[in-house]
Amino acid sequence: MAKVPVQFTLNGEEKAEFVESGATLLKVLRHKLGDTSPKGGCHQGACGACSVIIDGELKLSCLTLAETCEGAAVETTAGLAADGVMHPLQRAFVDEFAAQCGFCTPGMIMAAKALLDQTPNPTREDVVEAISGNICRCTGYEPIIRAVLTAARANSQNAA
Amino acid sequence: MIQLAKSYFADQRTDDLKELGQGRPRSDVPGHVTGKTAYFADRTFPGLLHLKMVRSPHHHARIRSIDTSEAEKHPGVVRVLTHKDVPHNVYTILILIQVGPEDEQVLAEDKVRWKGEAVVAVIADSERAAEEAAAKVKVDYEVLPAVLDMEAALQPGAPVVNEYHGQNFYMYDSGECRKVRFGDVEKAFAEADHILEQTYWSSPIEHAPTETTGCIVVPEGNDRFTCHTNTQAMFFTLDNTSIILQMPGHKLHMVGGTVGGGFGGKVDVTVEPIAILASKLTGRPVSFIYSRYEEMQISSPRAAEKIVLKDGVTKDGRLIARKVTGYTDAGAYSRHSPYGAQKGAAHYPGPYTVPNVWIDTYCVYTNRTPSSAMRGFGVTIADFALEVQMDKLARLIGMDPLEFRFINAYRDGDMKAHRQKTEGAALIECMQEAARASNWPVAEKFMTMSSYKGS
Repeated sequence: MAKVPVQFTLNGEEKAEFVESGATLLKVLRHKLGDTSPKGGCHQGACGACSVIIDGELKLSCLTLAETCEGAAVETTAGLAADGVMHPLQRAFVDEFAAQCGFCTPGMIMAAKALLDQTPNPTREDVVEAISGNICRCTGYEPIIRAVLTAARANSQNAA
Repeated sequence: MIQLAKSYFADQRTDDLKELGQGRPRSDVPGHVTGKTAYFADRTFPGLLHLKMVRSPHHHARIRSIDTSEAEKHPGVVRVLTHKDVPHNVYTILILIQVGPEDEQVLAEDKVRWKGEAVVAVIADSERAAEEAAAKVKVDYEVLPAVLDMEAALQPGAPVVNEYHGQNFYMYDSGECRKVRFGDVEKAFAEADHILEQTYWSSPIEHAPTETTGCIVVPEGNDRFTCHTNTQAMFFTLDNTSIILQMPGHKLHMVGGTVGGGFGGKVDVTVEPIAILASKLTGRPVSFIYSRYEEMQISSPRAAEKIVLKDGVTKDGRLIARKVTGYTDAGAYSRHSPYGAQKGAAHYPGPYTVPNVWIDTYCVYTNRTPSSAMRGFGVTIADFALEVQMDKLARLIGMDPLEFRFINAYRDGDMKAHRQKTEGAALIECMQEAARASNWPVAEKFMTMSSYKGS
């Protein structure tokens, strides 16, 4: 099958790949670039486990063709921790018991980051809306909502 | 935060346990939040093949013929498997603990018994090629009348769902159902002030884990195979695969790990044997991962149940008789359902001391998706039914539902209907805490009761 060249940054690092035309960004991230933090739960845009941030916007990588990401900046949960120190969202998910099996967690954290990047001091309703495209089947949503609000408070305290 | 109430059973407890009520970080969560936790599919192997299953479009049908010739010619297809390729094609999971007969075909031979049953496996070098080729497999079916509910299944003259059983229910060593007999239930009904008979129904429930069922098998080159799997039942999988493939266990290297949600839905042995066989016959790594559609429609749900509860109660609140007939819809095959129905038999008195009990529980076969384990299967729906029944009984005699439960709660030393003496009961203490926490007023005599009769 014909391959298409594509270049983008993944968590700030330049990447260049030849991908099958029609390959999803999810597949390229996981199986070509070795970033398995986005998960494939439904491959039809229903569960949110594959959520990534592309040029500042939350996207479903299972419905995004890799070839459309030319020149884009792609962020995933694997790139959040800096110098081995967890991002406040990651810390808050640990502290608030907001993960159980963990499969939805990277997508949940990306959805939360997309929110906090735009709305640093969200209301509870903002958080509920932001994660409404992400399905969790274990922990339940309350600890996740608490974790996002906790992370937002930690961020604003750091900024102050 | 939960507090450990050490005052209960103080005279029985000499230890100084202090972990309850403490917050402890989970050891695996840092991996989850950084994306470092490795799930079975977080692996890439060169030359990986993909397996797609051709499934029955009918609830019940005889297979006249299977033609895979067009599928085999499809570009990218490496191998097509039918029942002829499976060394020991008829299995049942619990044969490991002598719960037979073997009643399920890995790949269907002569009949399909539920819509979605696996018939032909297509292995290709891409998912797309495997899917396209699967659509080219021709199976000629003679559609048979289907049995889609338990009452129809138990009617005389109903079509037989599963010939390995010969009738539409599981034959226990105790007969057509699991039975519990304790005291004299009919005599107690005659003595009761009120009798309440109710029927409770439940539908199948799908676990819907975010990560679908699957495995990736890698040949080690020495006729040994590494199987990366998200099974919840590693040894069921190892031993059943060993039987199905007629391979000694040391050739099968099962690697489990973090499961992306299971809830009981990943204890059946549905992907590993056929994926390992595919890897053995092609000499290449093989991935067999359920699509979301398969996870919702093919993976086994919680069984549908029908529960008929008949209780006799006295005016002063004593539950003196309980008669139960329970039906568990196994679907087309046993899997874990004979065990689930049996668990129900032991469980139906609930956490109550009932002096006269009569229980029959049936495991019924229908042309529906095989049901299996799910969070407390065999008892969860039973608990729903019997606790709703307890509320109705309390209302019937004009008593507070919690006080009614205090009167009937089991306590240490009480004999259960299945002849297990109650030990370490804490129902009364739990209800006392619940009453306090919810400000539910309960008479003082109940708030000073203890499960421990010796005090």
